[in-house]
Amino acid sequence: MIAELGHFLLILAFCVAVLQSGLTIAGLRANDPAIFGFARAGALAQFGLILVSFGCLTWLFAVSDFSVLVVADNSHTDKPFLYKLTGVWGNHEGSMLLWCLILTAYTAVLAYAGKAVAPKLITLTFAVQSAITAAFTAFLLFTSNPFARLWPAPLNGNDLNPLLQDPGLASHPPMLYAGYVGFSITFSFAVAALIEGRVDARWARIVRPWALAAWTFLTIGIALGASWAYYELGWGGWWAWDPVENASLMPWLAGTAFIHSLRVMEKRDTLKAWTVLLALMSFSLSLVGTFLVRSGIITSVHAFAVDPERGVFILLILLVLIGGALFLFGLRAATLKPTGVFSPVSRESSLLINNIVFSVACAVVLFGTFYPLFVTTVSDETLTIGAPFYNAVFNPLMGALFVLVPISGLIAWKRGKLDRIWQTLWPALAASAAALVIAFWLADREKLAGALGTGLAVWVGVGVLLDLKSRIKLFEIDFSASMARARNLPLGIWGMIVAHLGLAVAIIAITGVSAWKHETRAFMAEGDSVALGGYVITLTEVNQAREANYIAEIGRFEASRNGEVVTDIMSESRFYPVRGMGTTEAGIVGRIQGDLYVTIGERVEGRGWPVHIYIYPLAIWLWIGSVILALGGLLSILDRGRRSLGRNPAKTPVTTAPEAAE
Amino acid sequence: MSRFLVFAPLALFLALAGYFAVGLREDPTDIPSQLIDAPLPEFDLPPIQGFDEGLSSADLAGEVVLLNYFGSWCPPCLVEHPMLMQIARSGEVPIYGIDWRDPPGAGTAWLQRHGNPYTRIGDDASGRLAIEFGITGAPETFVIDRQGRVRYRHVGVITQDVWRETLRPMIEALREE
Repeated sequence: MIAELGHFLLILAFCVAVLQSGLTIAGLRANDPAIFGFARAGALAQFGLILVSFGCLTWLFAVSDFSVLVVADNSHTDKPFLYKLTGVWGNHEGSMLLWCLILTAYTAVLAYAGKAVAPKLITLTFAVQSAITAAFTAFLLFTSNPFARLWPAPLNGNDLNPLLQDPGLASHPPMLYAGYVGFSITFSFAVAALIEGRVDARWARIVRPWALAAWTFLTIGIALGASWAYYELGWGGWWAWDPVENASLMPWLAGTAFIHSLRVMEKRDTLKAWTVLLALMSFSLSLVGTFLVRSGIITSVHAFAVDPERGVFILLILLVLIGGALFLFGLRAATLKPTGVFSPVSRESSLLINNIVFSVACAVVLFGTFYPLFVTTVSDETLTIGAPFYNAVFNPLMGALFVLVPISGLIAWKRGKLDRIWQTLWPALAASAAALVIAFWLADREKLAGALGTGLAVWVGVGVLLDLKSRIKLFEIDFSASMARARNLPLGIWGMIVAHLGLAVAIIAITGVSAWKHETRAFMAEGDSVALGGYVITLTEVNQAREANYIAEIGRFEASRNGEVVTDIMSESRFYPVRGMGTTEAGIVGRIQGDLYVTIGERVEGRGWPVHIYIYPLAIWLWIGSVILALGGLLSILDRGRRSLGRNPAKTPVTTAPEAAE
Repeated sequence: MSRFLVFAPLALFLALAGYFAVGLREDPTDIPSQLIDAPLPEFDLPPIQGFDEGLSSADLAGEVVLLNYFGSWCPPCLVEHPMLMQIARSGEVPIYGIDWRDPPGAGTAWLQRHGNPYTRIGDDASGRLAIEFGITGAPETFVIDRQGRVRYRHVGVITQDVWRETLRPMIEALREE
């Protein structure tokens, strides 16, 4: 009964979405003001319907109703209650329903937050947004009904894959989807503006908080995904250039370029075509990501059920949405005339370089993801593109771009002066050179990449702090006056500074984790010790444990340094009888200078337990850096100037605002 | 110039979409193998570290078996692994493994951590035999009949569905031959 209710509500939501996009277009033609009111109500109705429908599916998982196919396939009565609930999106059907829920939730928020936006623009935006909802609810209803019944109902379910029973994974899809889907709003705004034929600084001001929100969620989502790979998969890595990981990276790259480009458009009314194109690209790449995961065109650890029929359906959606939007862009791009002019040495130029490099990086990832498939399709040859390719192409590209970070924050709009930048930034260059030499000399001389990464991180970090210092005139004027200036800096500027500091932290962490990691493997019996990277690690004891849905062997390790015990590490190997599957719960002790990462396997008679020990220098800073990055995004969203969403038309964006470089 | 340039994103996207359409039709898990119905390539692989017996083509003769390419570096293999364990426990068909391009000891450590579903395992550390088999990626699984001929090739993870609907019926049919 509950399942049928959920199914019925989903059908209703589909009908409302179809009606809304159709009626809106008709209403705009007739220029009927009643349609504006309907658009808002329709947006709320879609959200309400899908919310209750999602509630129904959650209920079915909570009570373990195995007469419903997805519940029987993905749940089990012995599963902890929390993971029964997160199991709702641990499968194809449920996760697509979550996708639709988040999509309509964004539309509903827009119905409230977008009241100040010009009626025609917002109504068109709702129409595009509803078309997306219609397409994806149709996808659910016709190819992936989450409420399909199973008869006879089995006595118990097939359990959820134990690899997926992890807090990281439970929270990872909602965050990632909130990022992917968030770009739908900016996509819809871009299409609406192209239809209307008005793309200006005001438009950029309206769109910016949405782009930032999507970007922030996507940043958190990607970081959670990386931490899932690191903590749960136990293979000792956080990024594998797996196609599905790449699928989340591509919209992030496009989205990062997009938020920078929006800034230029908002302030200077230029780079319009770029900005609109990036708005379209961010969401298009999100959709391509969805296509990748759902169609089974690529086999991957993340892939859900492989089903070409679903792939065809999503491909059709892609063709209509992306193809339509890019066609419209082609028709209208010529009308996107910039009004601001700028010299080669200016913030506009530096942000244009940002756009170009991020787009090229995005193309590199796209190429790396699809080229191997392309080769296997057209010939019998095989090739793999893995970390070496990205290390050789992607990393230098990004590294070169990051050199510009502190400069672009300081350089003036329109026409900048290089000597002033030099005056502010030379200490950063000196610090960076010193850090590079020290890292080269101290850490590991063979690893030039490590030294370069350290130098880059110091350059970005110190440079950004110097930027802040010059903005608040620290040590140049009275300290309290500086603090007053700091308080008066717009939140958008704080957001930029914080995000760029987060970037510096992330660069140093990535450098540490990839260039300076140590590892060793050994068979250990109770009492055995292994030395690695200055630590002596002893296996003190191994105990058995029995939990509700798995049995485990827990190894207790002791790590000591210079004869003193520093920490205990617990590492588990678990066996889930229902699926007959084992998992590794790596024992990880996160310390400021690095992580100790220990995995233990199944005991071998006469030899002991196979133990794999890694030392990841600075690993914890990867997560801290990601949080700081996301915090920067959040601060920028909260910027007051942006919250007033053009409610104050007198505030024209083309004039120089107080935050322009002094 | 820009009149054409502005349509470049559309053209690029359409090219990609066209490729997707072809890619979808040619399901990547259904790559025709030149080996189908041909005898196995002759091989004699050394054991992986910690095992005494390697794997040679002669070991596979006489009964219907599965031959599975895996590697400890391969996440989908870990996803497939419980299914292989289930098949091995049920005793329905012996599974032979080839450890592909693993550094010494890595495959052994992986099997110790997760369990060993294989009757015998050969070490293809250089990946040379994988080229003869035309392996496109791990995991890949071959169904081999009594006469030692390759009868079917499955690319990618063996899921419950693949086992229930394709591999098991095929193994039963080959036993009847």
